Amino acid sequence: MTLDLHLWYVPLLCFAGFALNIIFGRFWSHAVAGVVGVGFSALAFADAVWVALRWLGTQTPYLEQHGNWISAAGLTVPFGFQLDQLSLVMLLVVTGVGFLIHIYSAGYMAHEGGFYRYFALLNLFLFFMMVLVLSSNYALMFIGWEGVGFVSYMLIGFFFRRDSAAKAGLKAFVVNRIGDFGFLIALFLLFQRFHSFDFTSIFAQARTLPVETSGAGILTAICLLLFVGATGKSAQIPLYVWLPDAMEGPTPVSALIHAATMVTAGVYMVARSATLYVRAPQASAVVLGIGGATALFAAIIGLLQRDIKRVLAYSTVSQLGYMFMACGVLSYGAGIFHLMTHAFFKGLLFLSAGSVIHAAHGEQDMFEIRKLSPGGLRKYAPVTFWCFAAATCAISGIPGFSGFFSKDQILSAVFNVNKFWWAIGTLTALLTSFYMFRALFITFFANPEGTAEPSPSHAHPSGQEPSEVADHNTLPHESPAVMTVPLIILALLSTFGGLVGLGDRFTKFLSPAFQTGLPPATGPAGSDTTVFAASITVALLGLLLAWWFYLKNPAAPRRLAASFPALRALVFNKFWIDELYGAVIITPLTVVSRVLLDRGVEQTIVDGGVQGTAWLASATGNTTRRQASGNLRSYAAWLGTAAVAVLFYVLVVGFRRF
Amino acid sequence: MHVPADYYLRILPELVLTATAVLIMLIEGGARLGSRAALSGTVALIGTAAALASVAVQSAHRGEAFSGMFRVDGFSLFFHGLIIAATLIVLLLSIGYLRAQRLQRGEFYALLLFATVGMCLMAGSVELIMVFIGLEISSICSYALCGFWRASARSSEAALKYLLLGSFATAFFLYGIALTYGASGSTNLYVIARSLSDVLAGHGSLILVAAALMFVGLAFKVSAAPFQVWTPDVYEGAPVAVTAFMSAGPKAATFAVFLRIFYVALGRYSHTWFWMIWVAAILSMCLGNLGALRQTNMKRMLAYSSIAHAGYVLVAFAALGEHGISAAMFYLACYVAMNLGAFAVISNLAQQNERFIDLHDYAGLGFRFPLQSVCLTICMLSLIGIPLTGGFLGKLFIFKAAFQNHLVGLAIVGLLNSALAAYYYLRVIAFLYMRPATVEVSQPQRSLSMNVAMVACAVGVLWLGIAPNSLLNFVVHSAGALTGR
Amino acid sequence: MIPLSYYLILSVLLFCLGVAGFLLKTDVISIFISIELMLNGVNLSFVAFSHFLKQINGNIFVFFVMVVAAAEAAVGLAIIVSVVRNRHTLSIDKISLMRD
Repeated sequence: MTLDLHLWYVPLLCFAGFALNIIFGRFWSHAVAGVVGVGFSALAFADAVWVALRWLGTQTPYLEQHGNWISAAGLTVPFGFQLDQLSLVMLLVVTGVGFLIHIYSAGYMAHEGGFYRYFALLNLFLFFMMVLVLSSNYALMFIGWEGVGFVSYMLIGFFFRRDSAAKAGLKAFVVNRIGDFGFLIALFLLFQRFHSFDFTSIFAQARTLPVETSGAGILTAICLLLFVGATGKSAQIPLYVWLPDAMEGPTPVSALIHAATMVTAGVYMVARSATLYVRAPQASAVVLGIGGATALFAAIIGLLQRDIKRVLAYSTVSQLGYMFMACGVLSYGAGIFHLMTHAFFKGLLFLSAGSVIHAAHGEQDMFEIRKLSPGGLRKYAPVTFWCFAAATCAISGIPGFSGFFSKDQILSAVFNVNKFWWAIGTLTALLTSFYMFRALFITFFANPEGTAEPSPSHAHPSGQEPSEVADHNTLPHESPAVMTVPLIILALLSTFGGLVGLGDRFTKFLSPAFQTGLPPATGPAGSDTTVFAASITVALLGLLLAWWFYLKNPAAPRRLAASFPALRALVFNKFWIDELYGAVIITPLTVVSRVLLDRGVEQTIVDGGVQGTAWLASATGNTTRRQASGNLRSYAAWLGTAAVAVLFYVLVVGFRRF
Repeated sequence: MHVPADYYLRILPELVLTATAVLIMLIEGGARLGSRAALSGTVALIGTAAALASVAVQSAHRGEAFSGMFRVDGFSLFFHGLIIAATLIVLLLSIGYLRAQRLQRGEFYALLLFATVGMCLMAGSVELIMVFIGLEISSICSYALCGFWRASARSSEAALKYLLLGSFATAFFLYGIALTYGASGSTNLYVIARSLSDVLAGHGSLILVAAALMFVGLAFKVSAAPFQVWTPDVYEGAPVAVTAFMSAGPKAATFAVFLRIFYVALGRYSHTWFWMIWVAAILSMCLGNLGALRQTNMKRMLAYSSIAHAGYVLVAFAALGEHGISAAMFYLACYVAMNLGAFAVISNLAQQNERFIDLHDYAGLGFRFPLQSVCLTICMLSLIGIPLTGGFLGKLFIFKAAFQNHLVGLAIVGLLNSALAAYYYLRVIAFLYMRPATVEVSQPQRSLSMNVAMVACAVGVLWLGIAPNSLLNFVVHSAGALTGR
Repeated sequence: MIPLSYYLILSVLLFCLGVAGFLLKTDVISIFISIELMLNGVNLSFVAFSHFLKQINGNIFVFFVMVVAAAEAAVGLAIIVSVVRNRHTLSIDKISLMRD
């Protein structure tokens, strides 16, 4: 190949930023550390654009290798990078949005300690993300996959040194490990079956395999296990529980990692493995089902959240569900299209939310924010308001905005395959539109009643504010330009970014990356009129409902809530999923391994804390003490018993054989 | 009787180590009090480095020595290198550690080196009695080292427990040797293998009993469940430097013996002993990881973790064949590096009388002691098995071998365990970086040698994770030594 | 001539007596002596096998084992002395500072 793109420069630049800041950052002022951090992400983005410009001329799959990572025992894994349409979109989205969020962070984190560490980690995150999307084999992809997970863990817990943040980080990591467990088994199966980790080699071999229509074979197993990994990273049922808690981290981190890039890695991985998934229809059906169920479920939970970041977190889970629905009906192009528009508008939503929180001196409860800003926050922070509004229109699928195009493509693709999931998707769109406009109206508009919103299950009764809320007498204010400029850019992208997909242009552009060796299962996803009309209707209906409930007739939600208290409690408490996990998974586990599990999991997942521990310790104490009693004679008895067991075993086997 | 010079070259590392240890004992007797601890430490370091260098000499003289009692092949060279390197790291960290504990007595180094001699003999001998003697040399020295901190009740209790249980297990091992001898008429592994291929029917069960007894003894030494009960107490009570030592070298040496006896001498019975290993692997992984979850004492946590890691190596062991052996060898190298790195940091932070040994003491240390924290973090990540560290590749090869031999169940249990284990290793990182300090931890003693030990381990862990090929290829080639290729 | 099995059974009995002593005795010295009993049970096997195989090896092994046992005893007694100094007791049931 004559074209030499030096793809590895992109991750290298990010790594250089990390290394410089982590080594020298402590001696630098805020300004220098910020410039280095932002600068290297800018260089990475510039290089990505340069790569894109050169590559778009040829548009042939590009591969480069830099030595071998592993080359022994019949296993060869090169440090290989590849570029095709799919990687290119990911590359540009990640570096582009990443760069904007770096700029924004320079303003947002300006008053936090550990500024240089923050930028170092952010650059490191970009590095691993680049490795993930550019790698040419599953093993290298796994490096990126684990790397982003670890950096995300560090970024969640790193800054505020709150116990809840540390716990949220731990939860995120451990839940992701469960997903990675599936991913790893899939890797081993892939190697068993195809004797390679390389995408090219695996997919070339897979193209010769038949579609596993009749029964589930190895491909179905691999695809399902890969999807287990995807559910962990991309926060799908049942592993989504970590994402809302991850909002403990700084808001730009939520924007970059938990909205725009890392959480979409699962979608990328499924799309990358398209050649396998098209041959495993049952696995694809599972992807569709889980995606659809997650989309709806998270949207329902999102309906009544009070914390602005949590609304966005659940909406992220829900939107990721859409992307998986697209993958489930083999419309990978539509899924990636939504991934891209989602990166724009969800990144924007988080950044605007950050700006709101900044404006409101650290308050995250939307109703409290409204109380803080007489006459509505939009008067004090107009730029933020308009950006948030643009993003809300985009995510709700208001015609003309980017989310409309991508969501419409997904829904028409699903419509062609399965009417039931299309209906679910459309219902979710209605809910999405409703809760997003609800968030917009509550946060930015004055309370039409002029009275305080009742707070039935609010953790802090009014008057008892979190400590970071310094002074409520100061009115909210607009954020500095370093924060608003990225907002404006993202708002433009959210508004007009969907136009690249007009008339299936984007999907057609991506299609070479999804040449699976089979004819596309669905026809070209031309917008069906029914779908089109339904999408527009639900989007506008959601807007109207939100307007009616929260601006026009604000007493209505309360009346509604009063008439269905149980339902409201159910939704508000996130269906008690965390508690259910405790009851269904954790308790049996502790009972089964009574000796051993007393504190660890109890504290991690159930947050049971001291009382649970004490109870469990006394409940399991006897067994525990018997096993590690400290008494030498009981140890010897253990050894003796085990030795007798081993002898018994060999004698039984021996006498049977001889 | 004429002994060829080659024979001495083949045991050159052992000779160098023995000479150094004897020299240290002479220094202890002769030199003036003030200078002798430092002198002994320096001599020990130089001697161990020389022994490590002499492994290269050894590798130029492969073959058998002393009537086939000792064998220099890729397998034994690998373990010689690993064991001596581990001792070198332990020496580096103990020089600082002993100073901090005011335990500067030279016999510590002598005992350490004698124990290393024993382990090297284990790695190289293909003769059961020689194995037994090597095992006892290293064990007896370890017992003494455990109780080295004589003023501490915990230290002497640990020594007593280790001594009694260790001797108990050794008696089983020895009985196994006796029965093997009776069944095959020899104690040389290769002769045993040959004579077992035509044993009479009646001896079949005798050799199986012998295998079971040797399994008990060896499983005890590598702290594989269900013979792991002693590990937490002994690791907790022993001085940190000794704990570090015990968790690395003896484990590797015993695995060398374990692999060699079972593959070479008892390879014919693999279908029987396979299930013992299988059960021990599962139990070790589960009991180790679940036990570690609730520990806050760093030593005790790593004790349980070492049980779990023995389980991972046993998974490779159960994946019969060269893939399994080479995976076990590679994993042991990674394990030694990451475990010693963690212990180096712990011994550095522990300070006088091991005041700071609890997880809660580590809260908020991340930014106060960056070097220690970064090294500890790297080692913890490797223990979890995060890519780009040795621990990841080690596990990758182990589970790949398990999958290749259709041990899917075992591999799944192992992978689940490594997901579970992430929790307690990660908690250490969480304490370092994400918790405000609760305990006033004083500045640890500045010790160049300890810093070298920490950094060497961290670099080793990363090296094994990023550029593993040279070691991997060596390991793959030398694994053939056991399967007779 | 006494058959080999007699020796082996005696050896097993000695070994098991040692194990029983180890498990049942509470005093450290007795436990330590139980280990010697186990080792001597093994030694008996070595000698018996050696005799019946008509080899000298087994007898030599016994000497090695005895030397090792002596070394173990030397270190062991020193450790016991150190424990007694710290804890003022010889009862193994009272020596359990470390536990879960």
